Amino acid sequence: MQFLSLIARNRLAAAGGIVLVIVIALALISPLLPLPDPDVTDTANRFLLPGAEGHLLGTDHLGRDLAARLMDGTRLSLAVGFAAAFFAAFFGAAIGIIAGYFGGRTDNLIMRAVDMLMAFPYILLALAIVAALGPGLVNALIAVAAVNIPFFARNIRGVTVGLANKEFVDAARLAGLGHTRIILTEILPNVIPVIVIAMSTTIGWMILETAGLSFLGLGSQPPQADLGSMLGEARGALITNPHTSIVPGAMILVIVMGINLLGDGVRDALDPRLRSGALTRPMAATQVRRKGPVPASEDAEAVLELQGLQTQFHVKDRIYKAVGGVSIKVAPGECLGVIGESGSGKSVTALSVMGLVASPPGVITGGAARYKGEDLVGAPYDHLRRLRGDRVAYIFQDPLATLHPLYKVGDQLAEAILVHHKVGKAEARRRAVDLLKQVRIPNAQSRADSYPHEMSGGMRQRVGIAMALANDPDVIIADEPTTALDVTVQAQILSLLNDLRRERGLAIVFITHDFGVVAQLCDRVAVMYAGRIVETGPTEAVLDAPAHPYTARLIACVPELGGGRRRLEAIPGLPPAVDRLEPGCAFAPRCLKAQDACRQGEIPLEGPGAREVRCLYPETELKSEGVA
Amino acid sequence: MSAVLKLDGLAKSFPVGKRLLGAPRGLVHAVQPVDLVVAQGETLGIVGESGCGKSTLARMLVGLLPPSEGTIEINGAPLDNADPAEFGKKIQYVFQDPISSLNPRKTIRQVMEAPLKRLHGLDRAQREKRISEIFASVNLREEFLDRYPHEFSGGQAQRIGIARALAAEAKILILDEPVSALDVSVQAQVLNLLADLKAKLGLTYLFISHDLAVVEAVSDRVAVLYFGSVVEVGRAEDIFRAPRHPYTQLLARSAPVVGRALSAPEGKETELPDPLNPPAGCAFKARCPRATEECGQRVPKLEGDAAHRVACFHPLEG
Repeated sequence: MQFLSLIARNRLAAAGGIVLVIVIALALISPLLPLPDPDVTDTANRFLLPGAEGHLLGTDHLGRDLAARLMDGTRLSLAVGFAAAFFAAFFGAAIGIIAGYFGGRTDNLIMRAVDMLMAFPYILLALAIVAALGPGLVNALIAVAAVNIPFFARNIRGVTVGLANKEFVDAARLAGLGHTRIILTEILPNVIPVIVIAMSTTIGWMILETAGLSFLGLGSQPPQADLGSMLGEARGALITNPHTSIVPGAMILVIVMGINLLGDGVRDALDPRLRSGALTRPMAATQVRRKGPVPASEDAEAVLELQGLQTQFHVKDRIYKAVGGVSIKVAPGECLGVIGESGSGKSVTALSVMGLVASPPGVITGGAARYKGEDLVGAPYDHLRRLRGDRVAYIFQDPLATLHPLYKVGDQLAEAILVHHKVGKAEARRRAVDLLKQVRIPNAQSRADSYPHEMSGGMRQRVGIAMALANDPDVIIADEPTTALDVTVQAQILSLLNDLRRERGLAIVFITHDFGVVAQLCDRVAVMYAGRIVETGPTEAVLDAPAHPYTARLIACVPELGGGRRRLEAIPGLPPAVDRLEPGCAFAPRCLKAQDACRQGEIPLEGPGAREVRCLYPETELKSEGVA
Repeated sequence: MSAVLKLDGLAKSFPVGKRLLGAPRGLVHAVQPVDLVVAQGETLGIVGESGCGKSTLARMLVGLLPPSEGTIEINGAPLDNADPAEFGKKIQYVFQDPISSLNPRKTIRQVMEAPLKRLHGLDRAQREKRISEIFASVNLREEFLDRYPHEFSGGQAQRIGIARALAAEAKILILDEPVSALDVSVQAQVLNLLADLKAKLGLTYLFISHDLAVVEAVSDRVAVLYFGSVVEVGRAEDIFRAPRHPYTQLLARSAPVVGRALSAPEGKETELPDPLNPPAGCAFKARCPRATEECGQRVPKLEGDAAHRVACFHPLEG
């Protein structure tokens, strides 16, 4: 149902589908229509024009009724096209799945054979097959199907290779399934959408190819009509009686267009990437629809200050409150840790600052994000673009995904500099090498000419940091920059970041889920849960005596090295879905201390001095000496 | 305690630069010969950084990869054919990524039924009963059975993965980074569940992880892997507190710990040696502060008493 509504939304595909349905319906009911016999010749009435009495579309060179032949031919061409597509898909998919699943030498032999088939121009190959088998519609069908097998085989093999290495296939083998069962029950169901997509986009071609063979007299034999043979027979009278060519020609055009439009629609509707909206281009900056007033700047010293920032995702009729009013600030040279589990809104908070949350579906609905006092929410795109990467830079978790695989890292760094500064290419290159040295990449001069895949994970993340430093920013927002790295490499990256902020007075917002990392690097920490900050304060104070039950229990459930073998204090339940938050404290359903009061109304984030907690019954009473 | 799992010189090398016919251009030794014994009811932790061969070792143990050399013995009987279905009844595997280890187009019931049907040949009523039992033991509701994998959170999916491994009734479970894809609060739930199941069902675990703290918290003994070799094996409470191999010490010092000042324990560029062109002697010598000439000449053997073994010519005082 969802599939049909997706196709209906695509107007071109819907139009193609409607045209196709009409053509097929006409072709199917044509035997019931009061049409003359398509094969009866009547040379006295040859080349009658369309509209002639008893001959709606006129007659051909033997005086046969064109309308009847057209319907007959359409039925035949459609049947041959669909049959050829089905056989090509069946055998192609079988070959592709076997090659992709077994891999190794089997794959090599099969695919080289397929490559050899593909090396022939397809029409020549089809001609050769028909020449060997003899002319006739069935042989033309075989030829067209055979010629298209390589296309399916290659497509399906590619998909299967990806699937065959998936963990669920390994799991099936461990569950005792044999190869045949794995192919039929694990691989095939995941491949079928690809087969359907490939079929929907090739049926049109197959009809054209069959028509081509018939046109050359190798397909349907007289007096039987198909669209190609009708065109072939009309060729002699192309100039004198063009209507005999135009009628079948127009029908081929209509059918192939209809099928291709519908096929594209089917592909778009079935492809999971397209369905999730991957191809809907996000806007250059996150949409802003602020409802309340913009809060005034409170802290002149903070280089970055978020005030009650709210970011939501509007998906169909649901509203996900990913960030539900977050206020944080960082001073120059300060490192703020933002800690939280997945879905707590920590990354969305970070991306909202520079309007980098994809819109749609992201919308900033309230609050302000101030860089040196100036509100960036809703700032013109040109202004945001000047600041992005220049004054406020990001480091992401996976440097392999953020570096362009086809450019040398030195060139990518130079580009980052050239975007914001008017310097020569040589100067940009010199600065790029300098940056690589600053992040302690050995042999920076030669490493600048490496491609990202030639570097290890740790080296790539250094390049990511160099990129962030390229324009000497005031703020770096690092989103889990060491999560994908090994511990020995992580230790180096952390100490590098620490040195940089001390040397340059950088403000760092460090997003992580690891208390150990926060403890070592950050001056202050903010703990997020369900889109809001539940506790904040100086790192040491928060970690030593957490005030919010969530912080306390999160710390308790992480094993710490040196603690020996033990049972962990797990938090039961799951974090709440942010599209249906209950009133009161979001942690209440999982909290052992929750009272009725916790489930009612807004609980403020408050406390004396530097420490603040959003809890009615905190673990420790906050005292004002916590002021940093 | 008796040994349930014994690895004798188990090694894996992969050919590189394959040609259509004839011998490959070279071999990468992903796992150097490994000897390990796992006792009944024990949890053996295996730690190492990316590329050290942990996952290759794990895949050999469950028969997903045929070993190049060496043997695997379970309860004294050698397992020499690389047939996962044979292995499946004795040793099972819990995958790192819980979602991708479940076929997106199968319901959980279909996933759970496969091992019961194929490995144990149970009929419908028996399967129904077993699934209820297993689901109860991993704290999953039976209404989940008719749903598809994408409807589950990571923690729930990982519990389904554990339930599937339990369905095979193997007594040995290989846990390959079972919690690294999970959030910390959920991670603790799964680790505790694993501990409960082990006690209740008398299981033996091989727990593979890159997270030293997690490994320390769940293991009886820990083996440290570097560049395809075991460099140190010892009791979990000792190995990171008093490491004897310099690499173990480096790992322990690199792990971020609350209350310890930030310092890079290692100044130079740290990369694993090139597997295509492995160094002579000890693989760690280029990064090792204690390396001497001897380390470049011979490969140190894993030596020591039963409780603590180390492969180093100049071990630290434990």
